[in-house]
Amino acid sequence: MARQPRGGRNRERAGLLFIAPFLLVFVTLFMTPLFYAGYLSVWKQTLVGGNHFVGFANYAKALVDPAFRSGLGHVAAFFFLQVPVMLILSISLALAIDSGKLRGAKVYRIIAFLPYAVPAVVSSVIWGYLYGPNFGLEAQLSQFLPIPKINFLSSTLALPSLANIVTWEFAGYNMIILYAALKSISTDLYEAAAVDGAGAIRIAWSIKLPALRPAIFLTVLFSVIGSFQLFTEPYNLANIAPMVFNNSYTPNIYAYSTSFTSLDQNYAAALSFLLGFVVIIMSGALRLVARNRKES
Amino acid sequence: MASKRAVQKNSKLLQLMMLVAAAYFLIPLFWLVVASTKSMSSLYNSFGMWFASPFSLFENVHKVFTLSDGIFLHWAKNSIVYAVGGALGAAIISTLTGYGFSKYRFRGSNLLFGLVLVTIMVPTTALALPTYLMFVKFHLVNTTWAVILPSLVSPIGVYLMRVYCDSAVPQTLLEAGRIDGAGEFRIFRDISVRMLAPGFVTVLLLSIIGVWNNYLLPLMMVSVAELQPLTVGLSVWNLQANAGGGFVDGSMPVVLITASLITVIPLMLAFLLLQRFWENGLSAGAVKE
Repeated sequence: MARQPRGGRNRERAGLLFIAPFLLVFVTLFMTPLFYAGYLSVWKQTLVGGNHFVGFANYAKALVDPAFRSGLGHVAAFFFLQVPVMLILSISLALAIDSGKLRGAKVYRIIAFLPYAVPAVVSSVIWGYLYGPNFGLEAQLSQFLPIPKINFLSSTLALPSLANIVTWEFAGYNMIILYAALKSISTDLYEAAAVDGAGAIRIAWSIKLPALRPAIFLTVLFSVIGSFQLFTEPYNLANIAPMVFNNSYTPNIYAYSTSFTSLDQNYAAALSFLLGFVVIIMSGALRLVARNRKES
Repeated sequence: MASKRAVQKNSKLLQLMMLVAAAYFLIPLFWLVVASTKSMSSLYNSFGMWFASPFSLFENVHKVFTLSDGIFLHWAKNSIVYAVGGALGAAIISTLTGYGFSKYRFRGSNLLFGLVLVTIMVPTTALALPTYLMFVKFHLVNTTWAVILPSLVSPIGVYLMRVYCDSAVPQTLLEAGRIDGAGEFRIFRDISVRMLAPGFVTVLLLSIIGVWNNYLLPLMMVSVAELQPLTVGLSVWNLQANAGGGFVDGSMPVVLITASLITVIPLMLAFLLLQRFWENGLSAGAVKE
């Protein structure tokens, strides 16, 4: 490429101008709040004596805080329970819709994606009623059918019930991402496989699934982020199951109530920092696992 | 011919499994529609998955719009203002930035784009509290800006637009424009913008969904009822419905359910009408990784 010093400098300036608005909002609304919260998190407000610099004391406190740790435990358990189930569902849906053996494939694609348009608050309202012990769907069926009445929001079933709501919301969204990846596979591969006598299931297993790997990585990554910052669904279900979905059920709920109920902004800032840190570590670990798989 | 029969048997099983899956996705939405047409007593005493008399939809809708001097209309207006302001701003900024990263090299551009990719990983709700604390300091809490401004930062939008730009706007076209003596912004305005339009609509749509459905951010930022969006308003009614508040006749649950249905309808329509765009948008992110 020929170098043009003057045009090059002009172009460099134009490039910077194009991204200038983003840089502005990025610095003022992303970096600055983080720095400010980081600053707040190393102070402590006391009734007598005002503000004290405490270094990492708030972080040390959070690391041994049973409320924060039980919240982390819940979202970790939620992640390991919900994400595999949802991904198997999403992958199956994507493979079925892509198989070419399904009538009305396009309609199914839209139906599966529809719940993504439902705000999490509304999803919680709907499922809260469906789970209801007196007039919910299963409770009504148990009056006619020989099945026991299930308390979906008991302390043992709360987590799976929550996982079901999130699966309902996001299975279709992930299906679309996976389906798009399937569509980008060259059809030559299928033809070659068919000539070799491979059936539909063989093709799905040996060609489609390996090709899906980057897209699956992407969906798992989004799920890590989503799971660990779980807030809206358990927060709104607290209305009907306050003993289960308490104010430290997830780290995010705990940080929120620390800030808005306990009014301890310094500790709340430390909590949200720690949560963000955990998510970034998890994402990084996931990236490492994915890279090692690729190399081996 | 034996194999053909096997294929047909396979596809029948597949068809059946897909029907079950479709039922799973549709049943809660169907319940929402059915429950919105019920009176308070039939909500609890009739079978949840079918209609029952009296048909109370219009009465319920009337209650939704009249409760607390029509606060629901305020919430709807706020949701629209936040979604349009935040999402339009985010889509414009993402388009300019994606174009800048895709078509120009400048000092630190790779580093900056790497930074954008990393920030996709930062949970938005972990950022919400720090932003709230800062806005308290600047007295921005309980203003429209408190919800719109944080929505402008969309690293995922920047990423999608960069990927889209790489494939949609050929570098040769820019070179041709330059040879004709057009300036960089002239080229952007007269040539590139038109090619970027589909990507822009995709990012706009995804941002609108994000802002419309956002809950934690407005919950923190606006405590005045007249400034809250639909999601926060509905959660307030949800609380009242469980506590026996709202209407004296105890009809708050059906009012909440009907309000939920009304909230869901606009986005459902947008989804069905703009299907082409969200599918393309999500696929752009999936194929390139």
